[in-house]
Amino acid sequence: MNGTPLKEEDLKKIHIIKYKPDAKYSYTAGQAYSKFLAGLKEKKIIGRKCNKCGRVYVPPRMYCDDCFKPTDEWIEVKDEGIVETAVASYISWTRERLEKPEIVGVIRLFPSRDNDWVFPGIFHRICVDLEQVKDMSVFGKKVKAVWNEERIGSVNDIECFKVVE
Amino acid sequence: MKTNLNFRRVAVIGAGLTLFRRRMLETPQELAWEASKAALDEAGLDLKDIDCVVIGSAPDAFDGVHMKGEYLAHAGGVKKMVSRVFVGGATGVMVPISAWYHVASGLCEKVLAIAEEKMSPARPHPQSVFKYIWDPITEKPLNPNLIWIFAMEMHRYMHVNKISKEEIALVSVKNKRNALNNPYAQAAANLTVDDILNSEVLVWPVQRLDTSPVSDGAAAMVITSEDVARRHTDTPVWIEGVGWALDNTEWIQRDLYYPRYLEYAARMAYRMAGIENPFKEIDVIEPYDPFDYKELHHIEGLMIAKRGDAPKLLKEGVFDIDGDIPSSPSGGLLGVGNPIAAAGLMKTISIYWQLKGTAGKMQVKKPVHTGLAQAWGDLMQASTVVVMRN
Repeated sequence: MNGTPLKEEDLKKIHIIKYKPDAKYSYTAGQAYSKFLAGLKEKKIIGRKCNKCGRVYVPPRMYCDDCFKPTDEWIEVKDEGIVETAVASYISWTRERLEKPEIVGVIRLFPSRDNDWVFPGIFHRICVDLEQVKDMSVFGKKVKAVWNEERIGSVNDIECFKVVE
Repeated sequence: MKTNLNFRRVAVIGAGLTLFRRRMLETPQELAWEASKAALDEAGLDLKDIDCVVIGSAPDAFDGVHMKGEYLAHAGGVKKMVSRVFVGGATGVMVPISAWYHVASGLCEKVLAIAEEKMSPARPHPQSVFKYIWDPITEKPLNPNLIWIFAMEMHRYMHVNKISKEEIALVSVKNKRNALNNPYAQAAANLTVDDILNSEVLVWPVQRLDTSPVSDGAAAMVITSEDVARRHTDTPVWIEGVGWALDNTEWIQRDLYYPRYLEYAARMAYRMAGIENPFKEIDVIEPYDPFDYKELHHIEGLMIAKRGDAPKLLKEGVFDIDGDIPSSPSGGLLGVGNPIAAAGLMKTISIYWQLKGTAGKMQVKKPVHTGLAQAWGDLMQASTVVVMRN
Protein backbone atom coordinates (compact mmCIF):
# COMPACT_ATOMS: atom_id res chain seq x y z
CA MET A 1 0.00 0.00 0.00
CA ASN A 2 1.21 3.49 -0.83
CA GLY A 3 1.71 6.13 1.83
CA THR A 4 3.07 5.96 5.35
CA PRO A 5 1.08 7.45 8.23
CA LEU A 6 3.03 8.83 11.19
CA LYS A 7 2.88 6.88 14.43
CA GLU A 8 1.77 8.45 17.69
CA GLU A 9 5.34 8.42 19.11
CA ASP A 10 6.64 10.17 15.98
CA LEU A 11 4.48 13.14 16.91
CA LYS A 12 6.39 13.69 20.14
CA LYS A 13 9.56 14.46 18.21
CA ILE A 14 7.75 16.73 15.77
CA HIS A 15 9.67 19.80 14.69
CA ILE A 16 7.36 22.78 14.36
CA ILE A 17 8.28 25.71 12.15
CA LYS A 18 6.64 28.93 13.30
CA TYR A 19 6.60 31.71 10.81
CA LYS A 20 4.80 34.99 10.96
CA PRO A 21 4.66 36.45 7.48
CA ASP A 22 5.19 40.19 7.32
CA ALA A 23 2.00 40.58 5.36
CA LYS A 24 -0.26 43.45 6.27
CA TYR A 25 -3.25 44.50 4.26
CA SER A 26 -4.91 47.85 3.78
CA TYR A 27 -8.21 46.63 2.43
CA THR A 28 -10.23 49.03 0.36
CA ALA A 29 -13.88 49.09 1.30
CA GLY A 30 -14.85 50.50 -2.10
CA GLN A 31 -17.80 52.80 -2.70
CA ALA A 32 -20.50 50.38 -1.58
CA TYR A 33 -18.98 49.09 1.64
CA SER A 34 -17.70 52.57 2.57
CA LYS A 35 -21.23 53.94 2.51
CA PHE A 36 -22.46 50.80 4.33
CA LEU A 37 -19.88 51.21 7.12
CA ALA A 38 -20.58 54.97 7.40
CA GLY A 39 -24.28 54.09 7.67
CA LEU A 40 -23.66 51.67 10.54
CA LYS A 41 -22.05 54.53 12.46
CA GLU A 42 -25.43 56.30 12.28
CA LYS A 43 -27.47 53.17 13.12
CA LYS A 44 -28.53 52.77 9.51
CA ILE A 45 -28.26 49.71 7.27
CA ILE A 46 -27.59 50.92 3.74
CA GLY A 47 -28.04 48.88 0.57
CA ARG A 48 -28.07 49.37 -3.18
CA LYS A 49 -31.06 48.76 -5.40
CA CYS A 50 -31.22 47.64 -9.01
CA ASN A 51 -34.28 49.25 -10.54
CA LYS A 52 -34.32 46.82 -13.45
CA CYS A 53 -34.81 43.60 -11.46
CA GLY A 54 -35.77 45.20 -8.14
CA ARG A 55 -33.05 43.40 -6.19
CA VAL A 56 -31.81 45.10 -3.04
CA TYR A 57 -28.20 44.33 -2.19
CA VAL A 58 -27.27 44.29 1.50
CA PRO A 59 -24.30 44.21 1.93
CA PRO A 60 -24.40 46.71 -0.96
CA ARG A 61 -22.87 46.25 -4.40
CA MET A 62 -22.23 48.83 -7.11
CA TYR A 63 -23.43 46.52 -9.88
CA CYS A 64 -26.16 43.93 -10.30
CA ASP A 65 -24.98 40.33 -10.89
CA ASP A 66 -28.05 39.35 -12.85
CA CYS A 67 -28.61 42.46 -14.97
CA PHE A 68 -24.86 43.11 -15.29
CA LYS A 69 -25.33 46.85 -15.06
CA PRO A 70 -24.67 49.43 -12.34
CA THR A 71 -27.13 49.40 -9.45
CA ASP A 72 -29.25 52.56 -9.41
CA GLU A 73 -29.79 53.98 -5.97
CA TRP A 74 -28.86 53.92 -2.30
CA ILE A 75 -31.59 52.55 -0.12
CA GLU A 76 -31.93 52.28 3.63
CA VAL A 77 -33.36 48.97 4.79
CA LYS A 78 -34.76 48.33 8.25
CA ASP A 79 -32.56 47.11 11.08
CA GLU A 80 -35.25 44.47 11.54
CA GLY A 81 -35.76 41.17 9.83
CA ILE A 82 -36.52 37.48 10.03
CA VAL A 83 -34.12 34.79 11.26
CA GLU A 84 -33.38 32.55 8.28
CA THR A 85 -30.93 30.28 10.07
CA ALA A 86 -29.12 30.18 13.40
CA VAL A 87 -26.37 28.00 14.88
CA ALA A 88 -24.49 27.69 18.17
CA SER A 89 -20.70 27.49 17.96
CA TYR A 90 -18.86 25.60 20.68
CA ILE A 91 -15.48 26.20 19.02
CA SER A 92 -13.41 29.30 18.27
CA TRP A 93 -11.96 30.09 14.85
CA THR A 94 -8.81 28.20 15.85
CA ARG A 95 -10.95 25.23 16.96
CA GLU A 96 -10.45 25.79 20.68
CA ARG A 97 -13.35 24.78 22.90
CA LEU A 98 -15.58 27.70 24.00
CA GLU A 99 -17.07 27.81 27.50
CA LYS A 100 -20.21 29.54 26.33
CA PRO A 101 -21.45 28.78 22.82
CA GLU A 102 -21.64 31.71 20.44
CA ILE A 103 -24.90 32.07 18.54
CA VAL A 104 -24.80 33.40 14.99
CA GLY A 105 -27.02 33.28 11.97
CA VAL A 106 -28.42 35.00 8.92
CA ILE A 107 -31.17 37.61 9.08
CA ARG A 108 -33.33 38.45 6.07
CA LEU A 109 -33.85 42.19 6.44
CA PHE A 110 -37.04 44.12 5.69
CA PRO A 111 -38.32 45.06 3.20
CA SER A 112 -38.22 41.53 1.68
CA ARG A 113 -40.68 38.70 1.21
CA ASP A 114 -40.82 35.21 2.75
CA ASN A 115 -40.20 33.40 -0.53
CA ASP A 116 -37.38 35.60 -1.87
CA TRP A 117 -34.54 33.35 -3.00
CA VAL A 118 -32.15 36.31 -2.94
CA PHE A 119 -32.70 38.99 -0.29
CA PRO A 120 -31.00 41.81 1.60
CA GLY A 121 -29.31 39.91 4.40
CA ILE A 122 -26.90 40.21 7.25
CA PHE A 123 -24.71 37.63 8.91
CA HIS A 124 -24.40 38.40 12.63
CA ARG A 125 -24.69 37.34 16.25
CA ILE A 126 -28.19 36.61 17.50
CA CYS A 127 -28.85 37.11 21.23
CA VAL A 128 -31.21 34.28 21.97
CA ASP A 129 -31.32 31.23 24.24
CA LEU A 130 -29.43 28.14 23.18
CA GLU A 131 -32.63 26.10 23.50
CA GLN A 132 -34.39 28.22 20.88
CA VAL A 133 -31.57 27.47 18.46
CA LYS A 134 -31.59 23.76 19.24
CA ASP A 135 -35.35 23.33 18.85
CA MET A 136 -35.30 25.70 15.85
CA SER A 137 -38.03 27.89 17.37
CA VAL A 138 -35.91 30.98 16.62
CA PHE A 139 -36.35 30.35 12.89
CA GLY A 140 -38.85 32.76 11.37
CA LYS A 141 -38.76 35.01 14.45
CA LYS A 142 -38.64 38.77 13.98
CA VAL A 143 -35.42 40.33 15.27
CA LYS A 144 -34.03 43.85 15.62
CA ALA A 145 -30.46 45.15 15.79
CA VAL A 146 -29.04 46.08 19.21
CA TRP A 147 -26.65 48.96 18.46
CA ASN A 148 -23.53 49.72 20.46
CA GLU A 149 -23.29 53.15 22.13
CA GLU A 150 -19.88 53.71 20.62
CA ARG A 151 -19.74 53.09 16.89
CA ILE A 152 -16.71 53.20 14.63
CA GLY A 153 -18.12 52.13 11.26
CA SER A 154 -17.77 48.34 11.55
CA VAL A 155 -20.15 45.40 11.47
CA ASN A 156 -19.32 45.13 15.18
CA ASP A 157 -21.23 48.42 15.73
CA ILE A 158 -24.17 46.06 16.05
CA GLU A 159 -23.91 44.06 19.28
CA CYS A 160 -26.33 41.41 18.06
CA PHE A 161 -29.88 40.89 16.83
CA LYS A 162 -32.59 40.48 19.47
CA VAL A 163 -35.99 38.79 19.14
CA VAL A 164 -38.75 41.42 19.21
CA GLU A 165 -41.92 39.39 18.98
CA MET B 1 -26.49 25.69 -21.09
CA LYS B 2 -25.69 25.19 -24.77
CA THR B 3 -22.75 22.94 -25.56
CA ASN B 4 -20.93 22.25 -28.77
CA LEU B 5 -21.44 18.51 -29.04
CA ASN B 6 -18.74 17.96 -31.68
CA PHE B 7 -16.05 16.79 -29.34
CA ARG B 8 -13.95 13.64 -29.26
CA ARG B 9 -14.80 10.71 -27.02
CA VAL B 10 -12.76 10.62 -23.82
CA ALA B 11 -11.86 7.60 -21.67
CA VAL B 12 -10.35 6.88 -18.29
CA ILE B 13 -7.80 4.07 -18.40
CA GLY B 14 -5.93 4.28 -15.10
CA ALA B 15 -6.15 5.61 -11.58
CA GLY B 16 -4.10 5.69 -8.40
CA LEU B 17 -4.59 6.69 -4.79
CA THR B 18 -2.41 7.01 -1.71
CA LEU B 19 -3.67 6.15 1.74
CA PHE B 20 -5.80 8.95 3.16
CA ARG B 21 -4.45 9.68 6.64
CA ARG B 22 -3.78 12.43 9.09
CA ARG B 23 -0.11 13.50 9.34
CA MET B 24 1.47 11.55 6.51
CA LEU B 25 5.22 11.20 6.52
CA GLU B 26 5.49 11.95 2.79
CA THR B 27 5.72 15.48 1.41
CA PRO B 28 2.92 16.74 -0.85
CA GLN B 29 5.17 16.12 -3.87
CA GLU B 30 5.89 12.55 -2.78
CA LEU B 31 2.20 11.84 -2.23
CA ALA B 32 1.34 13.22 -5.68
CA TRP B 33 4.14 11.18 -7.23
CA GLU B 34 2.89 7.95 -5.65
CA ALA B 35 -0.64 8.49 -6.94
CA SER B 36 0.63 9.43 -10.43
CA LYS B 37 2.89 6.39 -10.64
CA ALA B 38 0.04 4.08 -9.63
CA ALA B 39 -2.29 5.64 -12.22
CA LEU B 40 0.30 5.31 -15.01
CA ASP B 41 0.98 1.69 -14.00
CA GLU B 42 -2.72 0.82 -14.20
CA ALA B 43 -2.95 2.53 -17.60
CA GLY B 44 0.17 0.73 -18.85
CA LEU B 45 1.77 4.03 -19.86
CA ASP B 46 5.08 5.70 -19.06
CA LEU B 47 5.38 9.32 -18.07
CA LYS B 48 7.08 10.07 -21.42
CA ASP B 49 3.79 9.12 -23.15
CA ILE B 50 1.83 11.86 -21.36
CA ASP B 51 1.13 15.08 -23.31
CA CYS B 52 -0.55 17.29 -20.72
CA VAL B 53 -0.85 17.41 -16.95
CA VAL B 54 -3.71 18.91 -14.94
CA ILE B 55 -3.10 19.62 -11.26
CA GLY B 56 -5.78 20.30 -8.68
CA SER B 57 -5.24 21.55 -5.17
CA ALA B 58 -7.24 23.65 -2.71
CA PRO B 59 -5.86 26.85 -1.09
CA ASP B 60 -2.08 26.86 -0.91
CA ALA B 61 -2.29 27.66 2.79
CA PHE B 62 -3.14 24.07 3.74
CA ASP B 63 0.12 22.51 2.65
CA GLY B 64 1.99 25.58 3.85
CA VAL B 65 3.55 25.88 0.37
CA HIS B 66 2.68 28.77 -1.90
CA MET B 67 2.21 28.30 -5.68
CA LYS B 68 1.37 24.65 -5.23
CA GLY B 69 0.66 24.10 -8.93
CA GLU B 70 4.32 24.59 -9.85
CA TYR B 71 5.42 22.72 -6.73
CA LEU B 72 3.26 19.66 -7.49
CA ALA B 73 4.21 19.72 -11.17
CA HIS B 74 7.28 17.72 -10.13
CA ALA B 75 4.95 14.73 -9.82
CA GLY B 76 4.82 14.35 -13.61
CA GLY B 77 4.64 17.75 -15.23
CA VAL B 78 8.24 18.78 -15.82
CA LYS B 79 8.76 19.80 -19.48
CA LYS B 80 5.04 19.31 -20.20
CA MET B 81 1.92 21.42 -20.66
CA VAL B 82 0.74 21.89 -17.08
CA SER B 83 -2.26 23.76 -15.74
CA ARG B 84 -3.69 24.03 -12.25
CA VAL B 85 -7.39 24.26 -11.59
CA PHE B 86 -8.90 25.53 -8.36
CA VAL B 87 -12.56 25.95 -7.47
CA GLY B 88 -12.37 25.31 -3.72
CA GLY B 89 -13.80 21.97 -2.65
CA ALA B 90 -15.18 21.47 -6.16
CA THR B 91 -11.58 21.17 -7.45
CA GLY B 92 -11.34 17.38 -7.20
CA VAL B 93 -13.97 16.86 -9.89
CA MET B 94 -12.82 19.94 -11.87
CA VAL B 95 -9.52 18.10 -12.42
CA PRO B 96 -11.03 15.28 -14.54
CA ILE B 97 -13.35 17.83 -16.21
CA SER B 98 -10.33 19.90 -17.21
CA ALA B 99 -8.49 16.77 -18.39
CA TRP B 100 -11.64 15.86 -20.34
CA TYR B 101 -11.63 19.08 -22.34
CA HIS B 102 -7.91 18.83 -22.97
CA VAL B 103 -8.68 15.56 -24.80
CA ALA B 104 -12.20 16.28 -26.10
CA SER B 105 -10.95 19.40 -27.89
CA GLY B 106 -8.30 17.43 -29.73
CA LEU B 107 -5.45 19.27 -28.02
CA CYS B 108 -4.03 16.25 -26.16
CA GLU B 109 -4.10 12.46 -26.50
CA LYS B 110 -3.01 11.45 -23.01
CA VAL B 111 -3.53 13.52 -19.88
CA LEU B 112 -2.36 12.88 -16.35
CA ALA B 113 -4.79 14.39 -13.83
CA ILE B 114 -3.38 14.85 -10.31
CA ALA B 115 -5.02 16.09 -7.11
CA GLU B 116 -3.25 16.48 -3.80
CA GLU B 117 -3.89 17.97 -0.37
CA LYS B 118 -1.98 17.87 2.86
CA MET B 119 -4.12 19.54 5.48
CA SER B 120 -2.60 18.34 8.72
CA PRO B 121 0.58 20.49 8.81
CA ALA B 122 -1.37 23.62 9.82
CA ARG B 123 -1.07 24.54 13.51
CA PRO B 124 -2.89 24.64 15.81
CA HIS B 125 -5.58 23.42 13.42
CA PRO B 126 -6.31 23.80 9.67
CA GLN B 127 -9.50 25.52 10.80
CA SER B 128 -7.53 28.75 11.39
CA VAL B 129 -6.37 28.84 7.75
CA PHE B 130 -9.99 29.14 6.69
CA LYS B 131 -10.31 32.56 8.30
CA TYR B 132 -8.91 34.13 5.16
CA ILE B 133 -11.69 32.98 2.86
CA TRP B 134 -14.28 35.30 4.43
CA ASP B 135 -15.08 38.83 3.34
CA PRO B 136 -12.51 40.95 5.20
CA ILE B 137 -14.97 43.77 5.90
CA THR B 138 -18.41 42.33 6.50
CA GLU B 139 -17.58 38.84 7.82
CA LYS B 140 -14.08 38.46 9.24
CA PRO B 141 -14.64 40.97 12.12
CA LEU B 142 -17.11 38.44 13.60
CA ASN B 143 -14.27 35.88 13.98
CA PRO B 144 -16.04 33.11 12.08
CA ASN B 145 -14.83 29.54 11.83
CA LEU B 146 -15.53 27.61 8.67
CA ILE B 147 -17.99 25.19 10.22
CA TRP B 148 -20.33 28.12 10.96
CA ILE B 149 -21.49 28.40 7.36
CA PHE B 150 -22.07 24.68 6.95
CA ALA B 151 -23.96 24.53 10.24
CA MET B 152 -26.09 27.46 9.02
CA GLU B 153 -26.78 25.67 5.75
CA MET B 154 -27.53 22.36 7.48
CA HIS B 155 -29.91 24.01 9.95
CA ARG B 156 -31.73 25.89 7.17
CA TYR B 157 -32.07 22.62 5.20
CA MET B 158 -33.41 20.83 8.30
CA HIS B 159 -35.86 23.65 9.05
CA VAL B 160 -37.34 24.07 5.56
CA ASN B 161 -37.72 20.33 4.93
CA LYS B 162 -38.49 19.29 8.54
CA ILE B 163 -35.60 16.85 8.72
CA SER B 164 -34.24 15.53 12.02
CA LYS B 165 -30.63 15.06 13.09
CA GLU B 166 -31.28 11.30 13.34
CA GLU B 167 -32.25 11.13 9.66
CA ILE B 168 -29.10 13.01 8.66
CA ALA B 169 -26.81 10.92 10.90
CA LEU B 170 -27.76 7.86 8.85
CA VAL B 171 -25.52 9.19 6.05
CA SER B 172 -22.50 9.13 8.35
CA VAL B 173 -23.39 5.63 9.55
CA LYS B 174 -23.73 4.40 5.94
CA ASN B 175 -20.56 6.01 4.59
CA LYS B 176 -18.28 5.08 7.47
CA ARG B 177 -19.58 1.51 7.20
CA ASN B 178 -18.97 1.44 3.42
CA ALA B 179 -15.41 2.62 4.09
CA LEU B 180 -14.69 -0.63 5.94
CA ASN B 181 -14.38 -2.16 2.44
CA ASN B 182 -11.96 0.52 1.27
CA PRO B 183 -8.25 -0.22 1.80
CA TYR B 184 -7.37 3.51 1.51
CA ALA B 185 -9.83 4.73 4.18
CA GLN B 186 -8.97 6.77 7.25
CA ALA B 187 -12.26 6.92 9.18
CA ALA B 188 -13.95 3.58 8.51
CA ALA B 189 -16.14 2.43 11.39
CA ASN B 190 -19.24 0.52 12.33
CA LEU B 191 -21.22 3.19 14.16
CA THR B 192 -24.82 3.76 15.19
CA VAL B 193 -26.94 6.89 14.92
CA ASP B 194 -26.50 7.28 18.69
CA ASP B 195 -22.70 7.36 18.32
CA ILE B 196 -23.05 10.29 15.91
CA LEU B 197 -25.55 12.11 18.13
CA ASN B 198 -23.31 11.62 21.20
CA SER B 199 -20.15 12.93 19.56
CA GLU B 200 -18.64 16.31 20.42
CA VAL B 201 -20.79 19.26 19.38
CA LEU B 202 -18.72 21.57 17.17
CA VAL B 203 -21.22 24.10 15.87
CA TRP B 204 -24.78 23.00 16.57
CA PRO B 205 -26.25 21.18 14.62
CA VAL B 206 -22.86 19.91 13.38
CA GLN B 207 -21.20 17.31 15.62
CA ARG B 208 -17.79 15.77 15.17
CA LEU B 209 -19.04 12.55 13.55
CA ASP B 210 -21.23 14.56 11.16
CA THR B 211 -18.00 15.75 9.54
CA SER B 212 -15.08 14.29 7.62
CA PRO B 213 -11.63 14.22 9.26
CA VAL B 214 -8.52 16.32 8.59
CA SER B 215 -6.54 14.33 6.01
CA ASP B 216 -3.50 14.14 3.76
CA GLY B 217 -3.57 12.28 0.49
CA ALA B 218 -3.28 12.29 -3.27
CA ALA B 219 -5.14 10.85 -6.24
CA ALA B 220 -4.39 10.61 -9.95
CA MET B 221 -6.08 9.51 -13.16
CA VAL B 222 -5.00 8.86 -16.74
CA ILE B 223 -7.48 10.27 -19.24
CA THR B 224 -7.06 9.64 -22.97
CA SER B 225 -8.61 9.82 -26.42
CA GLU B 226 -10.62 6.87 -27.76
CA ASP B 227 -7.79 5.63 -30.01
CA VAL B 228 -5.31 5.45 -27.15
CA ALA B 229 -7.86 3.84 -24.84
CA ARG B 230 -8.68 1.11 -27.37
CA ARG B 231 -4.97 0.30 -27.73
CA HIS B 232 -4.37 0.04 -24.00
CA THR B 233 -7.43 -1.58 -22.47
CA ASP B 234 -10.46 -3.73 -23.21
CA THR B 235 -12.42 -2.02 -20.45
CA PRO B 236 -12.25 1.75 -20.91
CA VAL B 237 -14.66 3.88 -18.92
CA TRP B 238 -16.05 6.82 -20.86
CA ILE B 239 -16.57 10.33 -19.57
CA GLU B 240 -19.90 11.12 -21.19
CA GLY B 241 -21.06 14.26 -19.43
CA VAL B 242 -19.42 17.08 -17.53
CA GLY B 243 -20.96 20.09 -15.84
CA TRP B 244 -19.95 22.92 -13.56
CA ALA B 245 -21.56 26.07 -12.25
CA LEU B 246 -21.15 28.84 -9.71
CA ASP B 247 -23.82 30.67 -7.71
CA ASN B 248 -23.46 34.11 -6.10
CA THR B 249 -20.65 34.43 -3.57
CA GLU B 250 -22.87 36.46 -1.23
CA TRP B 251 -24.17 33.36 0.51
CA ILE B 252 -25.76 35.66 3.11
CA GLN B 253 -28.23 36.90 0.52
CA ARG B 254 -29.17 33.45 -0.76
CA ASP B 255 -31.55 30.81 0.54
CA LEU B 256 -29.35 27.96 1.70
CA TYR B 257 -31.78 25.04 1.75
CA TYR B 258 -31.26 23.94 -1.86
CA PRO B 259 -28.02 23.79 -3.91
CA ARG B 260 -29.14 25.66 -7.01
CA TYR B 261 -25.56 25.79 -8.38
CA LEU B 262 -25.51 21.99 -8.42
CA GLU B 263 -28.79 21.75 -10.32
CA TYR B 264 -27.27 23.93 -13.07
CA ALA B 265 -24.09 21.83 -13.18
CA ALA B 266 -26.07 18.57 -13.21
CA ARG B 267 -28.38 19.76 -16.01
CA MET B 268 -25.33 20.50 -18.16
CA ALA B 269 -23.79 17.06 -17.52
CA TYR B 270 -27.11 15.21 -18.02
CA ARG B 271 -27.77 16.98 -21.30
CA MET B 272 -24.35 16.01 -22.60
CA ALA B 273 -24.76 12.39 -21.46
CA GLY B 274 -28.34 12.19 -22.75
CA ILE B 275 -29.82 11.55 -19.32
CA GLU B 276 -33.46 12.56 -18.96
CA ASN B 277 -34.45 10.84 -15.74
CA PRO B 278 -31.45 10.68 -13.39
CA PHE B 279 -33.27 8.53 -10.81
CA LYS B 280 -33.91 5.80 -13.38
CA GLU B 281 -30.80 6.12 -15.53
CA ILE B 282 -27.96 6.44 -13.04
CA ASP B 283 -26.77 3.25 -11.31
CA VAL B 284 -24.23 4.44 -8.77
CA ILE B 285 -23.27 7.85 -7.37
CA GLU B 286 -20.53 9.51 -5.37
CA PRO B 287 -22.01 12.82 -4.18
CA TYR B 288 -19.68 15.08 -2.20
CA ASP B 289 -20.07 14.43 1.53
CA PRO B 290 -17.68 16.51 3.68
CA PHE B 291 -20.67 16.71 6.06
CA ASP B 292 -23.45 14.13 6.29
CA TYR B 293 -26.30 16.55 5.46
CA LYS B 294 -24.37 17.55 2.36
CA GLU B 295 -24.81 14.15 0.71
CA LEU B 296 -28.61 14.53 1.03
CA HIS B 297 -28.49 18.16 -0.11
CA HIS B 298 -26.50 17.08 -3.17
CA ILE B 299 -28.71 14.09 -4.01
CA GLU B 300 -31.57 16.62 -4.23
CA GLY B 301 -29.50 19.09 -6.27
CA LEU B 302 -28.63 16.25 -8.65
CA MET B 303 -32.41 15.74 -9.05
CA ILE B 304 -32.06 12.10 -8.02
CA ALA B 305 -34.53 12.86 -5.20
CA LYS B 306 -37.18 15.58 -5.02
CA ARG B 307 -36.46 18.53 -2.73
CA GLY B 308 -36.65 17.31 0.88
CA ASP B 309 -37.09 13.64 -0.12
CA ALA B 310 -33.50 12.39 0.08
CA PRO B 311 -33.73 11.42 3.81
CA LYS B 312 -36.82 9.32 3.11
CA LEU B 313 -35.11 7.41 0.27
CA LEU B 314 -32.03 6.97 2.43
CA LYS B 315 -34.12 5.42 5.20
CA GLU B 316 -35.73 3.06 2.68
CA GLY B 317 -32.24 1.80 1.76
CA VAL B 318 -32.18 3.20 -1.81
CA PHE B 319 -28.64 4.56 -1.27
CA ASP B 320 -27.21 1.53 0.54
CA ILE B 321 -24.44 -0.47 -1.11
CA ASP B 322 -27.04 -3.09 -2.13
CA GLY B 323 -29.75 -0.51 -2.85
CA ASP B 324 -31.20 0.81 -6.13
CA ILE B 325 -28.71 3.70 -6.35
CA PRO B 326 -25.73 3.00 -4.09
CA SER B 327 -24.38 6.33 -2.85
CA SER B 328 -20.75 6.77 -1.75
CA PRO B 329 -19.91 3.03 -1.95
CA SER B 330 -16.26 4.07 -1.42
CA GLY B 331 -17.16 5.44 2.01
CA GLY B 332 -17.02 9.01 0.79
CA LEU B 333 -15.22 11.82 2.55
CA LEU B 334 -16.89 10.84 5.83
CA GLY B 335 -15.35 7.38 5.67
CA VAL B 336 -12.29 7.62 3.44
CA GLY B 337 -11.13 11.08 4.55
CA ASN B 338 -11.05 14.59 3.16
CA PRO B 339 -7.79 15.82 1.62
CA ILE B 340 -9.95 18.32 -0.26
CA ALA B 341 -8.95 18.16 -3.94
CA ALA B 342 -7.74 14.55 -3.65
CA ALA B 343 -11.09 13.59 -2.06
CA GLY B 344 -13.07 14.82 -5.08
CA LEU B 345 -10.81 12.95 -7.48
CA MET B 346 -11.04 9.89 -5.20
CA LYS B 347 -14.84 10.00 -5.74
CA THR B 348 -14.35 10.08 -9.53
CA ILE B 349 -11.87 7.20 -9.26
CA SER B 350 -14.35 5.24 -7.14
CA ILE B 351 -16.95 5.50 -9.93
CA TYR B 352 -14.31 4.57 -12.52
CA TRP B 353 -13.41 1.40 -10.56
CA GLN B 354 -17.11 0.57 -10.08
CA LEU B 355 -17.77 0.84 -13.83
CA LYS B 356 -14.62 -1.09 -14.66
CA GLY B 357 -15.61 -3.80 -12.17
CA THR B 358 -12.35 -3.57 -10.23
CA ALA B 359 -13.65 -1.99 -7.04
CA GLY B 360 -12.93 -5.18 -5.07
CA LYS B 361 -14.77 -5.33 -1.78
CA MET B 362 -16.28 -1.90 -2.56
CA GLN B 363 -17.97 -3.23 -5.72
CA VAL B 364 -21.73 -2.66 -5.52
CA LYS B 365 -23.99 -5.69 -5.74
CA LYS B 366 -25.95 -4.84 -8.89
CA PRO B 367 -24.51 -4.48 -12.38
CA VAL B 368 -23.64 -0.84 -13.10
CA HIS B 369 -23.36 1.02 -16.40
CA THR B 370 -23.79 4.71 -15.57
CA GLY B 371 -22.16 6.45 -12.62
CA LEU B 372 -21.78 9.98 -11.36
CA ALA B 373 -19.25 11.81 -9.20
CA GLN B 374 -19.73 15.30 -7.83
CA ALA B 375 -17.87 17.85 -5.75
CA TRP B 376 -18.70 21.18 -4.19
CA GLY B 377 -16.92 24.09 -2.60
CA ASP B 378 -15.73 27.68 -2.37
CA LEU B 379 -18.13 29.73 -0.24
CA MET B 380 -20.80 27.05 -0.73
CA GLN B 381 -21.47 28.06 -4.33
CA ALA B 382 -19.34 26.02 -6.76
CA SER B 383 -20.21 22.57 -8.02
CA THR B 384 -18.73 20.11 -10.50
CA VAL B 385 -20.28 16.93 -11.95
CA VAL B 386 -18.93 14.05 -14.05
CA VAL B 387 -21.08 11.31 -15.62
CA MET B 388 -19.30 8.14 -16.75
CA ARG B 389 -20.34 4.94 -18.56
CA ASN B 390 -18.68 1.62 -19.29
